[in-house]
Amino acid sequence: MDVLLSIYGATAQGLTWTIFALGVFITFRILNYADLTCEGSFALGGSISSVFVVRLNLNPYLSLFVALLAGLVAGAVTGLLHTKLKIPAILSGILTMFGLYSINLRIMGQPNTSLVGNKSLIFMIKDLLPTAAELGIKDIVLQTGVVLVVGLLFSLIAIAFLYWFFGTEIGSCIRATGNNDTMVRAQGVNTDLTKIAGLAFSNGLIAFAGALVTQTQGYADVGMGQGVIVIGLASIVIGEVMFLKAKNFAVKMLAIMCGSVIYRIIIALILRMGLDTNDMKLFTAIVVALALSIPTMLKNKPLFNRKEAQR
Amino acid sequence: MLKLNGIYKTFNHNTVNEKRVINNLTLDLKKGDFVTVIGGNGAGKSTLLNLIAGVYPPDSGSISLDGEAITFLPEYKRAKYLGRVFQDPMMGTAANMEIQENLALAYRRGKRRGLRWGITNKEKQIYVDKLNNLGLGLESRMSTKVGLLSGGQRQALTLLMATLQQPKLLLLDEHTAALDPSTAERVLDLTQQIVAANNLTTLMVTHNMKQAIQYGNRLIMMYEGKIIFDVQGEEKSKLKVTDLLQKFEIVSQGSFANDRMLLS
Repeated sequence: MDVLLSIYGATAQGLTWTIFALGVFITFRILNYADLTCEGSFALGGSISSVFVVRLNLNPYLSLFVALLAGLVAGAVTGLLHTKLKIPAILSGILTMFGLYSINLRIMGQPNTSLVGNKSLIFMIKDLLPTAAELGIKDIVLQTGVVLVVGLLFSLIAIAFLYWFFGTEIGSCIRATGNNDTMVRAQGVNTDLTKIAGLAFSNGLIAFAGALVTQTQGYADVGMGQGVIVIGLASIVIGEVMFLKAKNFAVKMLAIMCGSVIYRIIIALILRMGLDTNDMKLFTAIVVALALSIPTMLKNKPLFNRKEAQR
Repeated sequence: MLKLNGIYKTFNHNTVNEKRVINNLTLDLKKGDFVTVIGGNGAGKSTLLNLIAGVYPPDSGSISLDGEAITFLPEYKRAKYLGRVFQDPMMGTAANMEIQENLALAYRRGKRRGLRWGITNKEKQIYVDKLNNLGLGLESRMSTKVGLLSGGQRQALTLLMATLQQPKLLLLDEHTAALDPSTAERVLDLTQQIVAANNLTTLMVTHNMKQAIQYGNRLIMMYEGKIIFDVQGEEKSKLKVTDLLQKFEIVSQGSFANDRMLLS
């Protein structure tokens, strides 16, 4: 029963993190750009969302969209650093991420903000439902259920939106830019703009995800973005390995959603088996390194083994 | 049509590697000209094409196309007027995208791109017809990823993409150099067909003297950033490879022994 409960919780968590993984997917796979801005913009979304609810007493839904806008700006800054000032891709992201740390501290005025005692998005929805006692279930089950449905809903909306956007003329240009920017320029497209747009989109989604995660976990921390890019990559590669044959763009994104959930389930199960929480990051890093290298190794494997080839 | 006036281009300014690649070059193309450009390695052929395409600006001099000054127009803006095929077959197409998606990108060259769907059913029929003309069987593989095509197929597709929207000027930068001889021949035939059918003004760089003589109505030979030989019309059609070799010998004072040119 306990195991089922932790899988249930992990599923809900994986779904709230799906939009984050989709944001990383846009830069890492579509733009072919390892963007570290995400670590800053994730915490940016969280900071804005927490301050909106705790300090300003505003609607948590509104905070998600303000976070989205702020993330767009953060991504655009990285894009400008890279395209206009010619700073290498990874360094541009690191600079923005580094700067965002101070900005996030400024926004919150303190290193972390707790939503306890205030209406988070999850509690607002829970208030609309009958209480757990009336339903005859544990409160935690009801609350996790709300998180799960909210996460799933937002993920599906994001996937539908991205499917539409990357099918449009502008979206096609962004996809092609990640493939071959010389060709895209030769077709009359300003590739500086497509790169900036892609980075802005990605970080907008990531900040939105940061806000959503803050609303579900009940607090924001200036360090909440640290190392999250690895979690995003883990979700992407797990999804890709599971759906190797996926060609359709929507299916690929659904695979990432599954990847995000499965990553959380794996972590939950391993923690239950007694892995020290402190070792979790090392574990994740190893999993991602393996998952990224195995497809390449398989590709280079000869079709027959040597003995057969000699015959 | 295309006018280049007093163009200079030097790479690696003020370093030991400083190299003047284009040295006071002036060129005037007439509408409908099919010009072949030959020259040894480092003669400045590719640099000339890149200057016209706007990959980088000249140090001095001016470029105009159809009366419009384009000297400092960014690459993506002048792409509206230019069709380009590169030496590397990988350069002209997006490998992870479908054949029809690549064509759809090219179909919108010089047009405003918005949030309409990236490819419509109506244009797919156009692509099928055009691919059919190539005779490579690509019309039945519209949703194949371009990365799965051979170098020759990709080059033929790039050629089609470059001319899908009629360009004012077609720039071919040794576009068959990376292909095997029979594929190169096929792509050159297609080039000839497409150029003739659309009456395109064309600038084709090649390493191959035979090709340079066989195709086009005008031939330009470059050496150390200058045009050293320029023939057209009847005089060009009478030209032989030995004549060209002789020309090279004279300007390079015998030091010219580029095996790549001799072999071709």
